[in-house]
Amino acid sequence: MSASLETTLDEGGADTSGPRRALAHLALVTLGPILAALVLSGLVLLALGVDPFAYYGYVAQRGLFSWLGLQQTLTRMAPLLCLAAALIVAFRAGIWNLGIDGQFLLGAVTSAALAPFLITVLPAGAVLLVAAAGAALVGALWSLLPALLRAYQQVNEIITTLMMTFLGVSFANLLVKLVFLDPGTTVPQTRTLPVADRLPTLFGTTISGGLVLGLVAVVVVHLVMTRTAFGLKLRTVGESPLAARHAGLDVPLLTVAVFAISAGFAGLAGGIEILGVHGNLQAGWNPAYGLAVIPLVFLARFNGFAAIVFVFFYSALMIGGESAARRIGVPHYFTLVLVANLLILLALAEYLDHRRRRAG
Amino acid sequence: MVAAPSVPLGTMQAAATPARPVPATSPVVELLGVTKRFPGVLAVDHVDLALLPGEVHALLGENGAGKSTLVAMLSGLVEPDAGRIRVAGEERRIASPRAALQQGISTVFQHVMLVPTLTVLENLVLGMSWWRRPDRAELEQRLAGIRSAFGIALDLDQTTGELSLGEQQQIEIVRALLRRSRVLILDEATSMLTPQGADELGALMRRLVKSGLAVVFITHKLDEACRFGDRITVLRLGRKVGELAPEGLAAMDQAAAVEEVVGLMFGDRSIAEARAPRLRKAEGSPVLSVRGLTVTGATRLARADDVSFELRPGEILGIAGIDGNGQKQLAEALAGQRTAAAGSIVLDGRDITRAGVAERRRLGLRYLTDDRIGEGAVGGFPVATNAVLKEIGAPPFWSGGPFLLGGIERPGRIAAHARELIDRYDVRTPDEATPIGRLSGGNIQKVLLARELSGDARVVVFNKPTHGLDVQNIMASRNRIAAIADAGLAVLLISTDLEELLDVADRIAVMAAGRLTGIVANDEGARARIGALMIGRAA
Ligand SMILES: Nc1ncnc2c1ncn2[C@@H]1O[C@H](COP(=O)(O)OP(=O)(O)OP(=O)(O)O)[C@@H](O)[C@H]1O
Ligand SMILES: [Mg+2]
Repeated sequence: MSASLETTLDEGGADTSGPRRALAHLALVTLGPILAALVLSGLVLLALGVDPFAYYGYVAQRGLFSWLGLQQTLTRMAPLLCLAAALIVAFRAGIWNLGIDGQFLLGAVTSAALAPFLITVLPAGAVLLVAAAGAALVGALWSLLPALLRAYQQVNEIITTLMMTFLGVSFANLLVKLVFLDPGTTVPQTRTLPVADRLPTLFGTTISGGLVLGLVAVVVVHLVMTRTAFGLKLRTVGESPLAARHAGLDVPLLTVAVFAISAGFAGLAGGIEILGVHGNLQAGWNPAYGLAVIPLVFLARFNGFAAIVFVFFYSALMIGGESAARRIGVPHYFTLVLVANLLILLALAEYLDHRRRRAG
Repeated sequence: MVAAPSVPLGTMQAAATPARPVPATSPVVELLGVTKRFPGVLAVDHVDLALLPGEVHALLGENGAGKSTLVAMLSGLVEPDAGRIRVAGEERRIASPRAALQQGISTVFQHVMLVPTLTVLENLVLGMSWWRRPDRAELEQRLAGIRSAFGIALDLDQTTGELSLGEQQQIEIVRALLRRSRVLILDEATSMLTPQGADELGALMRRLVKSGLAVVFITHKLDEACRFGDRITVLRLGRKVGELAPEGLAAMDQAAAVEEVVGLMFGDRSIAEARAPRLRKAEGSPVLSVRGLTVTGATRLARADDVSFELRPGEILGIAGIDGNGQKQLAEALAGQRTAAAGSIVLDGRDITRAGVAERRRLGLRYLTDDRIGEGAVGGFPVATNAVLKEIGAPPFWSGGPFLLGGIERPGRIAAHARELIDRYDVRTPDEATPIGRLSGGNIQKVLLARELSGDARVVVFNKPTHGLDVQNIMASRNRIAAIADAGLAVLLISTDLEELLDVADRIAVMAAGRLTGIVANDEGARARIGALMIGRAA
């Protein structure tokens, strides 16, 4: 570097406080909206005639500070983490796969159809493996149409994946009611995988082993995206398809790969939920986890480790919220209200930050 | 002592010295002590600048001197950290691009800012009142006025992305004229133009200032600055280091003015030493032969039509011609980014007509794009990553190869490689981790040039390699291009700058409407023969 530039740098007061300030800034634009969302949602509660402190206190107590609740929270994290992994791959590659709920549900149906059937012919370990793989595969297949349309016809995937979700949810229902119905019960649901044959729980607790899978998925995805050649290729395609093509990357092929990986993780999430928790699938069941995971992944700025932290707190909120629904009478959809507030405030913080920075 | 380089200054004495207008009374826009600091750089440092109506104000300075940043402050892209801006005598904030337009300040940016998928018409009306349907008849009438007054003609129904960058710049100028601006800023608007095109723009600027506009004209071609500019301001490392007022400038002859400016721009650092004449040793069998290559384009001009040529090791073949005559299509077809409709491309005896971009690169074909922001670089990635963007997964920057998802990144190696290139090519950047989009235009170009020139290759296709570089870097880059040819590589050099081709090429072909109209050896008399080819006569 030339001497003249160095003088410029010195005058620039080469910031030793740089990384520190950046971190403080990140905390501000992340924690700020979270706190604001809690306050705003508290006001909503007040308007409904509910004491926000009592509500938040109860939620924290049930979701975080009781052993039973904590175990449920950690179990709930498993599918959410897999979905987060699905989104991180896609979003970092510039692909807005908003169809994870459909992919999730079809993955769940696959596992629920395969596992109770296979358990009669295969050992439990193999059953879990095959059923989970099947879930991932079917999830991936469900994204094939949007993938091909996007890769070869530049059709916007936001619309196609959302549409495939509507289709997927109905299709999953149809499969449960017409094809994989358990003749032994009156409720429309698939046959049930015996508790003993489900994913093992951790160390004698009730925490599902799916948690480990979910954690591994997020960490691996994070490392692949940030540290490997494959990840850099995907990020290049995401940042600039033109630059990617110029650099000799096969953009359509990589696009299809991203869809397959992302939707595969979403399908796996559904599989884990069935194989680890429910054991069967009831017609009409659609937890729509994706709705909440999407904002969380944005909040984490596509960073896997941050996503784990946010997913943890959101799980606690869900579990606590579900209890509170029974106890205090606030519907558990209120957690989605909170997330919606968070999303709006996050966008606002981002906007204000952008303005402030531009003004210097 | 600074020796003024002969080449970029050109030999186009044809245009007469413009009549200097009477200096107008009060400035339309005034910058007082403006300062802008970016992380690690003081981009603009207490600069005063007054823009007078009726004056072309040339702004000069080496790559990274702060010219574009100054423009960004005038056009509302960034706000100064310190200092004041006065518009028509009143102190104003220019807080957004919209505010700038409202104050009558229009800008044609260094990097084209049109929406490529929209038509020319749609781009022109973009940003006008959105609630009204654009009135095509009225627009056409105003365009006819602009055509007769300023001589710019546009085809409204073309898709913008299919036009050459030079044509796109014209759209932006017209857009500014339609807005009835008081100040027009042209940031390196001539960098894509042929000498005639630049002369036409110069004449256009004269007409504009005569109608009362103030024009800011940023260029790296010093002769243009001296011929078209009424007043010249020179920036260096963010500081204003000199100003040549109209009286002083009018009294000097062009050579003296250029020498004065070069001294101000670079201080006493000398310009790259002159190069020994090239040893023309192009011999042996061709390494690249192109036969009847045809590529369809969106327009009559922008396509390659039955192009044939051969390149031998150690040879530089120049392609001259007006921008938008199929040069880009030809380059992209050679690089594998476009499929050929007909014809063949043979590299080292191997038919690569159907090979993809990556395979051609592996076989030793390199391509430097002229679209550095759009496809050459990923703006959000660090300089270091961009430097290896065409080698993702390759050792020594990645280890483990195909077994570990294409390899594990080795950030240390990548950074070291980038630091070496930054050093060698004098890239002005705080460090190699800085996102490349934050660099000045010329410094981005240096990174891309460094990327294509490093490693081993057989054939390199350069599309306007020195565009946007300052005089010193132009000389250094041409020397490097000559050096790789001397080292036995074959070079295809596409340029709109005839001086550049005459400087380094061995043979020069002229491209017009997608065809090579002739290839001449670069010896005495080449200029005349190329001139003849350019206007459509056989050499
Ligand atoms: N957004 C930004 N963030 C950080 N640094 C910036 C930004 N924009 C410009 N800079 C820095 O400010 C300095 C001046 O840049 P500027 O673009 O004004 O140069 P320039 O004179 O236009 O150069 P060129 O001739 O290469 O276009 C450079 O060192 C550049 O890296
Ligand atoms: Mg610039």
